[in-house]
Amino acid sequence: MKNKILPFSVIIIFGIIFFIFYKGLEDSKIYTPDVNTKKEIPVFNTKEFFSGENVKSSIIFEVDKVYLLNIWSSWCVPCRQEHPLLMNLNLENKLNIIGMNYKDNLKNAENFLKELGNPYKEIFIDLDGTIAIEWGAYGVPESFLIYNNEIIKKYIGPLNQELVDEINLLIK
Amino acid sequence: MKFLKFFLIVIILFPLSSINAEENDKKNKITKNLRCLICQGQSVYDSDSEFANSLKIVVDKKLQEGLSEDQIYEYFKTKYGEWILYDPGLNKNTYILWLLPILIFLIGGAIIYKSFIVKK
Repeated sequence: MKNKILPFSVIIIFGIIFFIFYKGLEDSKIYTPDVNTKKEIPVFNTKEFFSGENVKSSIIFEVDKVYLLNIWSSWCVPCRQEHPLLMNLNLENKLNIIGMNYKDNLKNAENFLKELGNPYKEIFIDLDGTIAIEWGAYGVPESFLIYNNEIIKKYIGPLNQELVDEINLLIK
Repeated sequence: MKFLKFFLIVIILFPLSSINAEENDKKNKITKNLRCLICQGQSVYDSDSEFANSLKIVVDKKLQEGLSEDQIYEYFKTKYGEWILYDPGLNKNTYILWLLPILIFLIGGAIIYKSFIVKK
C-alpha cells in the first residue's frame, strides 16, 4: 500500500504543476494597463505654456465639464499624426482640450503649434515629466477623458479616427 | 593656510556626502524594484528612457518629502497598479506564486519523512 501512495502522489503533484504552467502559457505576456478605472485627477502646480505664470490644477479643470487632457511634445512623431484629429475635435466644440507639454523645448513647441495649429484651450508645462507620472501616464502621446474631476478613460498612444468616434460616443 | 582651508572644507563636506550616499542607496534600492513600464523587462534603475528618468525624479522628491520606502511603493501602486513592483505582495493573483513553494516543500518533506525516516 505504502509503495503505491508514493508514485501516485508524485504523479498528482507533477500533474498540478504541469496544469499551472500550461495555464500560464495561455496568458498574454504583454502587459496591458487598466484604462477604464475611474480615478480622481491628481492635484498639482504647474506653469502656463504661453505666459509662464503659475497655475493650479483645480483652476484648469472645472466640475461638470468634459475635458480631454492630451500629453504632447514637439519631438514626438506620433503626436504629429494625431494632431489633425485634435484640431477636428476642437472644431466640434463638444469638449475642452487641455494640452500638457511634456519634456519639451518651448521654442520648438511653439513652432509645432504655429505649423499645425493650436487645438488646446489651455496648455501647461511638464518640464521634468513628473506631472505625467502623477497622472499615471506612460509617455507621449497619451490622452485622458475627464468628467467631474474623474478620469473616465485613458488612451495610451496616438488617437485615431476609431478612438475619436469612441470619445464622441462617450461624451454624448 | 591653504591647507587649513582645504582641511576645513573636507571636514564640512564629509558628513553631508555620507548623508547623500545613504539617500542615494535608498533611491537605488527603490528604483531597482520598480518596473520600467515602457521598456518591459528592465527596472527603472537600469533604464534611461524618458519615463524612467521622470520616475527617478519623482522617487527623489518623495524621499525628500520624507516618505518611507513602503509609502513610495504604495504611491506607485495606486498610480500604475501592482505590475510596477518587482516584488509583488500576496493577493488573489499571486497566491499560487507564494504558496506553491511552501506546499511543494511540505509535501516533499512528508515523502522523505515517510520513506526514509519511518522505515528505519
